[in-house]
Amino acid sequence: MSKDVAVLGVGMHPWGKWGQNFVGYGVKAAQDALKDAGVEWKDIQLVAGGDTIRNGYPGYVAGATFAQALGWSGAKVSSSYGACATGAQAISVARANILAGLCDVALVIGADAAPKGFFAPTGGRRPEDPDWLRFHIQGITNPTYFGLYARRRMDIYGATQQDFAAVKVKNSKHGLHNPNARYRKDVALEDVMSSVLVADPLHLLDICATSDGAAALVLSSMDFARKHTTDPVKISAVSTVTPVYPNSVIEMPNLATDSKAGVGLPEIGFKESIAHRAYQEAGLGPEDMSLAEVYDLSTALELDWYEQIGLCPPGDAEKLLRDGETTIGGRVPVNPSGGLGCFGEAVPAQAIAQVCELTWQLRGQADGRQVEGARAGITVNQGLFGHGSSVICTV
Amino acid sequence: MPHKTNAPAVEGLFTMDPREPRLLGTRCRACGTYFFPAEKTFCRNPGCDQADFEEVPLSRTGTVWSYTSASYKPPPPFVAKEPFEPFAIAAVELEKEGITILGQVADGIGVDALKTGMPMELVLRELYEDDEHVYFTWNWKPTDGGSNA
Repeated sequence: MSKDVAVLGVGMHPWGKWGQNFVGYGVKAAQDALKDAGVEWKDIQLVAGGDTIRNGYPGYVAGATFAQALGWSGAKVSSSYGACATGAQAISVARANILAGLCDVALVIGADAAPKGFFAPTGGRRPEDPDWLRFHIQGITNPTYFGLYARRRMDIYGATQQDFAAVKVKNSKHGLHNPNARYRKDVALEDVMSSVLVADPLHLLDICATSDGAAALVLSSMDFARKHTTDPVKISAVSTVTPVYPNSVIEMPNLATDSKAGVGLPEIGFKESIAHRAYQEAGLGPEDMSLAEVYDLSTALELDWYEQIGLCPPGDAEKLLRDGETTIGGRVPVNPSGGLGCFGEAVPAQAIAQVCELTWQLRGQADGRQVEGARAGITVNQGLFGHGSSVICTV
Repeated sequence: MPHKTNAPAVEGLFTMDPREPRLLGTRCRACGTYFFPAEKTFCRNPGCDQADFEEVPLSRTGTVWSYTSASYKPPPPFVAKEPFEPFAIAAVELEKEGITILGQVADGIGVDALKTGMPMELVLRELYEDDEHVYFTWNWKPTDGGSNA
């Protein structure tokens, strides 16, 4: 049985700080996706919402919130959460329903209205919640982890702060003409290097902002798609793996790793396993990818992903970047959308937005940032508390 | 002014021995796996279905896996000193336990004095206080005192 589902339609609300309720952003993205698909809202059989935890109860039941806003239609509903990987959870629910024959066409929506500055845990004293504990007892924020990974690249592989800044320079060029990007401005190496240090060795412009934004997909069975279009973009794999014990790399939001004293390490690490599973499911490999959308919460993390999704061996990411291989026009452009560096993070929308970009690229509709002749692409992302997220799209 | 009592900022994570403090973890008696913070309800090793733990003080020394800094004041529930003073943070690997543990770096020692692989030891440091207590947490400190980086 084919594991493909069709991406019939995509839509986004531009990223930014718009000061409005997240529901409106989601509705706009959904309406655009429906229009793009040529499907009526009343024909949608399942609404899969990606939850936001920063917008009260409606955010925890996002699927129903969006369904009500679009007008109760009797569609089935689901709401899921997986931190930064929330969108992949929602995509996975819709895809599984379609592949199981439980529905023909589904609408996936994620939207967020984000607070300014550092993400912080919700209120109350909760010593058994690792997210609360790391802030309270050590003052450890999300950029702390980004800084640790970046500094390790410098000490182990000889990466430099200029290498990290060069990722930002590349991505800012990529996103220059993306109408959904929040930051559309050329950034020079000196701009990054002279911005304030946040988590050594990372400067403010190395670290992604938090944004408002929304993204939506209309997914359908291949049979349903053939009645609407001739050559749809397909989702060939969705990886939502968890780590294999023991995970010996320090991960958000933990204060400590698993112990490797009692049990041997797994064959590959968690971050490597995320794309690995997607490649397995699609029957493809990194050499088949025309482009990648990776989760650049920091510039240095983009370099980690090059290695973790198999674009180059460990330690070679800086060379791949310097050689222009990951720039549009190179062998395998990474973050042609501009990435989080140009968008900022709208948590539950982000993994869905990555699939929107793959779709535009594979259709040849990515004006001003098109990867020529793109045939296959991969997204990768990770949500804290052990959520893998990777989607492979093909035409 | 009444005398204030020293107390851990969160109970059960470390001993309050001012000279040789230890982090408090647990070890599964069946499979030998360590946990920090202490795990007492279920063993997270997928090959172990036991729930029999002993509380163990963890090694006081380890080596730096990586390090970074906090140049901006972290948001609550962190209780920051005013004015805020930036601090370094280290991830330190404990060899025997096979665990890497995060902590602020003591005594205002900055990232310039740190290097991957350098030896560190556990110390206690005042985190914040109220009318009755001075609350402490753990810090990592270069075993050579940070003078020889």
